[in-house]
Amino acid sequence: MALQAPKPTAGRNLGGSLARLSGYGLLLLGGLVTLAPFYFMFVFATHERSEIFGSPPPLWFGGDLATNYQILLQKIPFWRAYWNNVYLALVVTLCNLFFCSLAGYAFAMYEFRGRNQLFAFVQATLLIPAILNLIPFYLVMTQLDRAMDPLANAFAGTFLGRIHLFDWIDTPKALWLPGMAGAIGIFMMRQYIASAIPRDLIDAARIDGCSEFGIYWRIVLPLVRPVLGTLGLITFIGSWNRFADVAVILRSQETQTLPVVLRTLQGATDVEWGAIMAGTALLVAPLLLLFVFAARQLMEGLTSGALKS
Amino acid sequence: MQHSSTAPPRASSRQMRWSNLQRRWAPYVFISPFFVLFLAFGLYPTLFSLYMSFQSWSQTDGWGHWKFVGLENYSFTLTDPMFWRAMYNTLWLGVVSGLPQHLLAIPLAFVIHMGLSRFKTFVSAVYFLPYITSTVAVALIFSTLFSTQKGVINQTIAYLNTLPLFGWFLPDENINWFLNSTIKWGIALVVVWKYTGWNTLLYLSAIQAIPRELYEAASVDGATRWQQFRFVTLPLLRPMMFFAVSLTIIGNMQLFEEPFVLLNGGASSATQGGQTVAMYMFRTAFEWLEMGTAASIAWILFAFIAVLTIINNLAFGRAAQGRGE
Repeated sequence: MALQAPKPTAGRNLGGSLARLSGYGLLLLGGLVTLAPFYFMFVFATHERSEIFGSPPPLWFGGDLATNYQILLQKIPFWRAYWNNVYLALVVTLCNLFFCSLAGYAFAMYEFRGRNQLFAFVQATLLIPAILNLIPFYLVMTQLDRAMDPLANAFAGTFLGRIHLFDWIDTPKALWLPGMAGAIGIFMMRQYIASAIPRDLIDAARIDGCSEFGIYWRIVLPLVRPVLGTLGLITFIGSWNRFADVAVILRSQETQTLPVVLRTLQGATDVEWGAIMAGTALLVAPLLLLFVFAARQLMEGLTSGALKS
Repeated sequence: MQHSSTAPPRASSRQMRWSNLQRRWAPYVFISPFFVLFLAFGLYPTLFSLYMSFQSWSQTDGWGHWKFVGLENYSFTLTDPMFWRAMYNTLWLGVVSGLPQHLLAIPLAFVIHMGLSRFKTFVSAVYFLPYITSTVAVALIFSTLFSTQKGVINQTIAYLNTLPLFGWFLPDENINWFLNSTIKWGIALVVVWKYTGWNTLLYLSAIQAIPRELYEAASVDGATRWQQFRFVTLPLLRPMMFFAVSLTIIGNMQLFEEPFVLLNGGASSATQGGQTVAMYMFRTAFEWLEMGTAASIAWILFAFIAVLTIINNLAFGRAAQGRGE
């Protein structure tokens, strides 16, 4: 019966609390370094250019926000670009929630031929690096309509001649349509549905004469709300921040999203950094707000079974 | 009488057949959107880029005028000093911005898990914040912070220099972050800042899955915090390390937005020092309009990613599987 926790000695205790204090110090320092760029972004948004690079730099908010905002509106179609961001992110998110939950439900609850192979295929698509796709995707979206010209001419005057399947240059659908369903979303949904929804419930609904889509729409969809929230957040944030493919596909300012339009301000000879920071702050603000309200859900969703295989 | 008794079963059998049919085909219909989209916008462009990498074509040539050039694009890329410069930059950035992420994230996750109970979510959310922020926004913010003459970072270094201890290892003069030799450090700093929180979250989720009893048993045996970290946490984190390092390799090899925005699209003089392979590919395609060559760059990069992933798998994956079970 010698199993007894050794009494902590005074020295160990001191060492322990020192370690604890240095741990907190590390956390605090890291947190400050993490937040500092955000702080300076908001502060700079309220100063004019000469002040931003003054000595010492501005550490508190100034009074030039209105001026910076005016410059911003002068130089770029700011709210148009903003709306393009909102539109793209909302459409992509809603489509993803619908198609991914539908596919995830099928993979989780149905027995069908080729199910495991098809699901393995879905997962394997994640391994293709995004960069590999950028150039051919651009070509398909901008050139294939020309490639189909002979076809269109051959059928001129008929119904077939009027189809312009790939005439998608400068249209936002070139960006949201290919991204309507993603492998990560399907994976998350399948994991969640398989573990959270009892099969009996589905069978009971079927016996009651519910159609297959009706079961999904009326029973499954309401039950997967928590994971819909997480997937929605991930998709919205990802789409909101898109840059490379938007820059490549959308060439006119009318259709471009805010990150792309803001970047063009950087090329000017006299860079209006105050205005750029004002625009950047307005770009980041919705995400910060969203995050403040949904951080717990997002982080728990990301760290729970959803993303771990 | 007889008639009325046979009618309902027939109707219901038709219904049964319909619902059976529905039930058999429903899953295929439900999963089809993803596959249709993937074939059209994923697989087709990928195969197309493979085809393209053996062709010479520029947008001005017009769609039909492809010219088969065999391996010319590949041999051009593989003998192009600019490509190897970009590859060196990419690998350099991969290590210098990749390693610190994990070396910081693992202790951070451990401290957050052991030291905090009430504010756990809040603190990890703070660290996670850079990850959800637009890379373009991040790069624009850091562009101002890095400014050579009066940027916040240089002014902070200058201020720290006036304190006794720091003068030792900090530079005396302002750093010009946008020189060939320094821009890589700047990019690495931004990448570390942006992705450390993401890795912290991954490691935190793995640490939370470690049973409390293991720590209790260790502390009963008299293990200090450090020993608990060294002999309980670290070995059990190996599977997550494998996963997180894989993600970092794949992400860092495709680094594009941070250098692209910090270098103002490649127009600045520091281009060579900070140009990554992804950026070089982008410029080959859209600045120099050599689509075939750009496609070959993409496939060479893909081969590098595949090799690195396999190496990571051999070094980490087997050990991770062995210990994880």
